[in-house]
Amino acid sequence: MPDQTEAQVVLRLDNITKTFGALTANDAVSLTLHKGEVIALLGENGAGKTTLMNILFGQYTADSGGVEVMGAPLPPGNPRAALDAGVGMVHQHFTLAENMTVLENVTLGTRPLFAPGLNRAAARARILRLAQDFKLSVDPDARIAALSVGERQRVEILKALYRDARILILDEPTAVLTPQETNDLFETLRTAVALGLSIIFISHKLHEVMAISDRVVILRHGKVVHEGAIGDTDRHDLAARMVGGEVSAPKAVPGVAGAPLLALRGVSTPDRGSAPGLKTLDFSLHAGQITGLAGVSGNGQSALADLVGGMTRPASGALVLNGADVHHWSPRTAVRAGIARIPEDRHKTGTIADFDLSENAILESYKDPPFSRHGWMNWRAARAFAQRIIDSYDVRCPGPGTRIRLLSGGNMQKLILGRVMEGAPQIILANQPVRGLDIGAVNYVHSQLLAARDRGAAVLLISEDLDEIMALSDVIHVISEGRLSPPFARGTMSPAQLGVWMAGHGFEETAHAS
Amino acid sequence: MDIFEIFLTASFWTAAIRIASPLIFATLGELICERAGILNLGIEGIMVAGAFAGWMAVYSGLGLWPGVAVAFAVGMGFGLIHSILTVPFGLSQHVVGLGVTLLATSSTYYAYRLALPEVTSPPSITPFQPLEIPLLSKIPVIGPALFAQTPLTYLAFAMVVIVALVLYRTPLGLAVRAAGENPQAVAAQGLSVTAIRMGAVMVGSGLMAVGGAFLTMSAFNSFFFEMVSGRGWICIALVVFGAWKPGKALLGAILFAAFDALQIRVQQTPLGAGIPYQIFLMMPYILSILALVVMSRRAEVPGALMVPFNKGER
Repeated sequence: MPDQTEAQVVLRLDNITKTFGALTANDAVSLTLHKGEVIALLGENGAGKTTLMNILFGQYTADSGGVEVMGAPLPPGNPRAALDAGVGMVHQHFTLAENMTVLENVTLGTRPLFAPGLNRAAARARILRLAQDFKLSVDPDARIAALSVGERQRVEILKALYRDARILILDEPTAVLTPQETNDLFETLRTAVALGLSIIFISHKLHEVMAISDRVVILRHGKVVHEGAIGDTDRHDLAARMVGGEVSAPKAVPGVAGAPLLALRGVSTPDRGSAPGLKTLDFSLHAGQITGLAGVSGNGQSALADLVGGMTRPASGALVLNGADVHHWSPRTAVRAGIARIPEDRHKTGTIADFDLSENAILESYKDPPFSRHGWMNWRAARAFAQRIIDSYDVRCPGPGTRIRLLSGGNMQKLILGRVMEGAPQIILANQPVRGLDIGAVNYVHSQLLAARDRGAAVLLISEDLDEIMALSDVIHVISEGRLSPPFARGTMSPAQLGVWMAGHGFEETAHAS
Repeated sequence: MDIFEIFLTASFWTAAIRIASPLIFATLGELICERAGILNLGIEGIMVAGAFAGWMAVYSGLGLWPGVAVAFAVGMGFGLIHSILTVPFGLSQHVVGLGVTLLATSSTYYAYRLALPEVTSPPSITPFQPLEIPLLSKIPVIGPALFAQTPLTYLAFAMVVIVALVLYRTPLGLAVRAAGENPQAVAAQGLSVTAIRMGAVMVGSGLMAVGGAFLTMSAFNSFFFEMVSGRGWICIALVVFGAWKPGKALLGAILFAAFDALQIRVQQTPLGAGIPYQIFLMMPYILSILALVVMSRRAEVPGALMVPFNKGER
């Protein structure tokens, strides 16, 4: 750790305030970054982290306050100026053009637009040298579409380094990585720090924050609520400061497995574009058990979720529901069979944004009594149903007539949860159920899933967050390129061991053994 | 004459290249717009406006090349209207495009009536004359087809090379392609997506107008309203056929033009005498659709085509 009194200040945010209408996203936030230092910026969703970084990067203009880079003030609202001053940002959602090569993405915008040529040879040499210096192995001539998520992230970092960034801002960089890729990333970041760069690391994974950063700054409701050296604190303390009170995550006690409620026998589905299909999967969901599906995104999770949710049919193999083979598998038969579906994308497939809460509450059951009889809707029953969900699941909203687009992610998810849980379902498909929710809502959703398990439901939990999988699941499968690992019982695998499977190793041996 | 003998005549190939020339300009124009992520359905109307503007400029006493410049400028004007509505305002590119086509066509009609209130048949101008390249034009069959055309045809072929070079070999082309693939990537590198997309639509629209002007200033010597007759729509298909690549789009334009030149000639063969001529008129379009189906299956559509870019949204 550098001596902070001696080290040169490379970045100073001074009393940044930014409001959106009535919402104060940043309230007089100040922050100082020194040369060779890693600061972790912590906070719940909506705490103002992203707004602050967007102001620093010139995508928003602050209402008041200023930014200084290397002692010189940065003109507000100008991403170009931030880039030129040596600030590089690695966005959570990559900003890469998929149909173009690494080299084209990295050099985009680095030469004057009306310069005569691209000078590919020099650019290639520079990329290779940077890749070597910072341990970022990547082929400059590969097309982005052909790269893995981890490789794409390296391209994003290369983009910043190619522009001589002295300050790197990484927004939730590990959210999409395997534990091994995370280690590689940390290796790169340590190298960068050793070469004199400074880093702001935005995350909510506390053990990573503890591992990589020198200092931590915590935002809550747009204000800095804590700032201090990482050695003076621990994970529990950070979590409490982040939410402004004690955090009690639901405790999962091992459950008793019952009969298999849903089983897949040698099921395959075709590949969809670059997303792999399922490769002869054998898999069952047992009553009273949470089955966790771990894996890097895009390895067949959606194929499996679509299959269980009735969106697709197996190309080969059989689907066995409560001991009987299923024919004519469709979303409707899945719902009728009592499968509760919590979809991956609550905006796209979970809700209809401009429908109100009562309409959204009956999306899966509008054809059934009491919501419709003889082809006529019974809106009174729909409203009563929505009101019941609002009351028992604590959905914060003006009422059942509110358009659902006005709800926060957490409240939207609570409505979906209520919609599917009210029927006391036996099988629950929870695909990324807490993505983008704050800690309070996360704990609520998790406790609901555990409660359902305890009353005997079979839960399939799909998540890219290994911590979440390991905390809740009684049994864990890893999925990689559409292949499924054997089931691992709770507590038998370390994150690193699961990471090996997530990276696609181990499947061949299983195939030989069986 | 036998159908296969047609392919050996110089006049067939000369006609094919002449028919292809306006398509090449307009297809390149549309290709530039779409590579930047904007579908420009104003193409049909912009070609009509370009045909009129170039011809009118020459009729009013300007030279031929200044006439081409006037057509280009008029095209850029309509491109400006199109791009203001589709880029900063982010309106539906389909609706705006069709609107621009209607606006350009009807304002051309209005301008025509204002300029020539009394005439019953439009006056003619002295168009571009064929320019024979020494030696090369003496090569059998392809010599006259490729090297005895008007200067505007040579410009069309040169534009293919220029557009390809700019798109693939310059920072500007890289930025245009990136704006059509993922505008967020462009914004994250500190470039203005709005400026790049608007510029591309304006230059592309200018080329479309020059394509229209070819009809009045090189292929014919006068202006009729029906003369564009769907060529703009064909160019939209040619961009897909060419998989958004200038070289392949050139091949597509020549292929379509060859079908067109062929059908006129087949009509005059003994085989053609017994068949209604409307069947032959359909032929280039039917063959184009078939070729489109075959060629476009593996094509990579620009990732952000028709996706408006809103700053701050991701």
